[in-house]
Amino acid sequence: MRHAIIAFGESRSFPAGDDFLEGSYDEAAADVLVLLGQPRYHPDPARVAILIELGTECLGVHTGEASGQEGSNAIGFARYRNGDDPPSPLVELVRQPNTDPVALKTARALFEAAGLTVVECNDQAGRIIDRLVRPKYNAALRFLDEGLATAADMDLTCRMGLGYPDGPIERVVRGGLAAHHDITRALFETYGTAAYAPARRAVVSARRRDRNDGAQ
Amino acid sequence: MTAPAIRTVGVCGAGGTMGAGIAITAARAGYRTICFDASAAGLERAARDTAGFFDNSVKRGKLTQEERDATLALLEPTADKAALAQCDLVLEAVYENLEVKQALFRELDGICPEHTIFASNTSTLSITEIASHCTRQDRVIGLHYCLPAQLMKLIEVSPGVNTSEATIATAWAWTEACGQRPVRTQDKPGFILNALLVPFNNDAIRAVEAGVADAAAIDAAIKKALGYKMGPLELVDLVGLDTQVRLCEAFYPVTLDPRAAAPPLLRRMVAAGHLGRKSGQGFYRYDGGRMFGG
Repeated sequence: MRHAIIAFGESRSFPAGDDFLEGSYDEAAADVLVLLGQPRYHPDPARVAILIELGTECLGVHTGEASGQEGSNAIGFARYRNGDDPPSPLVELVRQPNTDPVALKTARALFEAAGLTVVECNDQAGRIIDRLVRPKYNAALRFLDEGLATAADMDLTCRMGLGYPDGPIERVVRGGLAAHHDITRALFETYGTAAYAPARRAVVSARRRDRNDGAQ
Repeated sequence: MTAPAIRTVGVCGAGGTMGAGIAITAARAGYRTICFDASAAGLERAARDTAGFFDNSVKRGKLTQEERDATLALLEPTADKAALAQCDLVLEAVYENLEVKQALFRELDGICPEHTIFASNTSTLSITEIASHCTRQDRVIGLHYCLPAQLMKLIEVSPGVNTSEATIATAWAWTEACGQRPVRTQDKPGFILNALLVPFNNDAIRAVEAGVADAAAIDAAIKKALGYKMGPLELVDLVGLDTQVRLCEAFYPVTLDPRAAAPPLLRRMVAAGHLGRKSGQGFYRYDGGRMFGG
């Protein structure tokens, strides 16, 4: 199966130099299109699969939706990455109710052949990882404000008590509090629950970023 | 090296997994340890498991046979609560219920000398509330161990509203003398560990219920992306789905945090008898159990 990589700007999943970017075929001859960056998607039923890199948005933003009947050869994906850390080996594949199973299988095979671990999820905001970890980071940031414990002790507790490689505060800070703000704001827009509302420290960081960028 | 004020330690609930593990940490540090449990069968089981644990330590070269024998000799099982009168520090690891713990400390108040410190291993309840029914509220503190206590070094040290600085200092020094790593937290539901973990696990259960992905995909994603050793749903299966419900019921009424409320799917699974590893089915199916320790 031949694939062509088409970049629409910088990709968080596969930054410059990533091995996955090697071996791309000519678009005209490719069975599979991999759209990176901020993709502009156009349906093309002649392809086996069209893989669309996602940010915080749902796949439906690109494909449109049809009251639960949506689905085609378009597959969403995101390789999890915390801030500017190197991308993790995890790829979340996003499917819709009527996604073509051959397209899904092809997408999985393509990423697995690149040595990545693939999980499939439905097209919901935050997919698996952000949906689960962002409320936890929000809670840890709130605990820090409330004086439950120091940041170092919270992180140490999670490393020693749960065997995590890093704690929630060090991880969210390393990933960028302003980036955490942007992700949680996007999740909050969809879910509307307090758990996803950006934590105060993330709001502060985003405001400072915006001020420094001259946006405000 | 021992903390100056503490020579003899008592463990209530020493017939249980957590209590037996705590007793091991005390004896291993050279403290005479009185292991109280009302259940003689529980004490016998704990004694067998403890001997097995130290046997493994000898096999692995962590202890000599003489050290093993000397450490085991420091552990004194008893079903007589009055034996705790000899203790400078009593740690309770009994059933996670406020009234049970309050009653225990109230009773110990009349048994133990005035200087004895009472420590609770509660993971969710308020130390201040546990202490509220005894006369020595300044000598009550939270010392929350992680399972399995004999292997995990972390202890959350949580003073109640009336806990004295002297008690905090003595308890802190004692945990360090046992080779543990204390971290200080406020007396809030779940302290650090469970305050972060219980809602996170609930979120994972809700993600299954919402059809985001199946349990295996969620656990695989979390482990691969974050480097966790165990996914949240594997962990809930390990601790027990009924235990997760109990944790939620301890948290939610206090915090009113919707993330801490037991997800409907969790309650349905418990009602169906899907309790996790111990029942052979939870978010996964199990053919056999696995024991910690050694």
